[in-house]
Amino acid sequence: MNIAICVSHVPDTATKVKIGPDGKSIDHAGVTFIINPYDEFAVEEALKTKDKFGGEVTVISIGGPVIKETIMKALAMGADKGILLKDESVKDSFGIAKTLAEELKSKNYDIIFFGKQSVDYDDAITGQLTAELLGYNCISVVVDLKIENNKIIAEREIEGGREVVETELPAVITAQKGLNEPRYASLKGIMSAKKKIIEEKPALQTENLSDIIRMDKPPGKQPGRILGTDSSTVIELVKLLHEEVKII
Amino acid sequence: MNKIIGILEQREGKLKKVSFEVLSLVSQLASELNLESEALTIGNEILNIDEISKYGISNVTHYKNENLQLYSSSAYTEIITNHVNETNAGYLIFPNTALGKDLAPRISVRLNAGCIIDCIKVDTSTGDIKAVRPVFAGKALIEVKLKSDIKILTIRPNVFKLVISDKTTKLNITVKNILSPNLKTRTVEVKKSDEKLDVAEADIIVSGGRGLKGPENFYLIENLAEALGGAVGASRAVVDAGWRPHSDQVGQTGKTVSPSLYVACGISGAIQHLAGMSSSKYIVAINKDKDAPIFSIADYGIAGDIFEILPALTKEVLKFKT
Repeated sequence: MNIAICVSHVPDTATKVKIGPDGKSIDHAGVTFIINPYDEFAVEEALKTKDKFGGEVTVISIGGPVIKETIMKALAMGADKGILLKDESVKDSFGIAKTLAEELKSKNYDIIFFGKQSVDYDDAITGQLTAELLGYNCISVVVDLKIENNKIIAEREIEGGREVVETELPAVITAQKGLNEPRYASLKGIMSAKKKIIEEKPALQTENLSDIIRMDKPPGKQPGRILGTDSSTVIELVKLLHEEVKII
Repeated sequence: MNKIIGILEQREGKLKKVSFEVLSLVSQLASELNLESEALTIGNEILNIDEISKYGISNVTHYKNENLQLYSSSAYTEIITNHVNETNAGYLIFPNTALGKDLAPRISVRLNAGCIIDCIKVDTSTGDIKAVRPVFAGKALIEVKLKSDIKILTIRPNVFKLVISDKTTKLNITVKNILSPNLKTRTVEVKKSDEKLDVAEADIIVSGGRGLKGPENFYLIENLAEALGGAVGASRAVVDAGWRPHSDQVGQTGKTVSPSLYVACGISGAIQHLAGMSSSKYIVAINKDKDAPIFSIADYGIAGDIFEILPALTKEVLKFKT
């Protein structure tokens, strides 16, 4: 099976966000970058799919040379080769999807995995956009995946439960936490990743459909007050829930 | 392009509350931008379709087929795309739900329309739409505008107010039967979880963290949630430990929520958790450690033992309600 994974390079979730000097993006000074946490589930599922059906797993990302760290992480977990679409411009999800689709369309991938969202801009639409651009079927926010012959049966998370969805290959799957337990890269994996090839090529130039006007910190919440330390305080709390919060 | 359409989500034949939030916003934007307003829904029978008129919308198109009761991304995408092309609409508003987030980007490709996901504020003061949305799980907000001819927004549940229109509107429902929907990708079954309310949609959330010491003590959280009529949430630590399902997780790798009331119990308040819930209207924190970061954003705190406070609080809430 010809398998692709699209990964993104994001600030560590422990990052304290500071707004950058342009007022439209975050200040990267001192920020540690990691592979997008949801992409680890995508990588694991791609590797499991290869274990079952054979084939090759290609990792693709877009950005500057630093992105190679994130591609290397997926290679160390077991992916076979990498492609870096070199681009230093700021793309919206639409621009990213168009760039990815341009690369993916000629390679006849059977299945393409994404994380369900990047934990930076939280758009959660790049997988669906790319699928639609490629004319592929797509199931997003997947927590369980079965592939038999050409058929896919997946469970996707919805409010208050799961939808069991059927479709056929070729397809795009976006991975949600719970789909699997991502493997750790072994020392052997890390060593062999160094010998794997990351092909670099210029990314497609795209035009964004959206513009960020500005970025702000959310209005800070003032700390309130500690009502007390023992169970007698609940009487005052319930009174507040009634009079101030107006919830009961 | 002088038309705005609200896409309404139904589950089990009932339009969801967030669909009425969509309608309230559609009405408001239609009057601010001088647009015609319309609603669109897809399903079989829609039991509460008459409620649409309460929100000042009179024209509704209902695309109907028994196989469209459950979500099918391929069929829904085709139906909405064709509808927009026929009606020449310029603006589409979706709920930012599992369905809306899956569907809006597909339609945006078909129509070459830009899309702003998870909006919490929409502004028309410049004569066009600008929207604010959280990024980095709420650690920052961005204001975004779209450059495309057709513009798509998805709105976060529980943020936009329901606005009942003061004029009475006569509802004009057009039912269009879809004879052979494109079911290439289709839902064959919905498995409901045991929990009645999902954290992503709840107006009240009671969340538990490691302070509960074990999954067997989560009944304390469930009891308080039930007394308040809210949903049960959880911190990442307890989800990773396997005490609660991932669907309960609030925070950066879980759900970002903005309920009216968030009660954090035995949660110290890691930055990833705070990002996911700090936009709640009111926050109550109950934690033994008075220096826990959660108290820095809580409106009301009790720095005490949750095993003592939670049963007392549940009892007091129930007593107050009777």
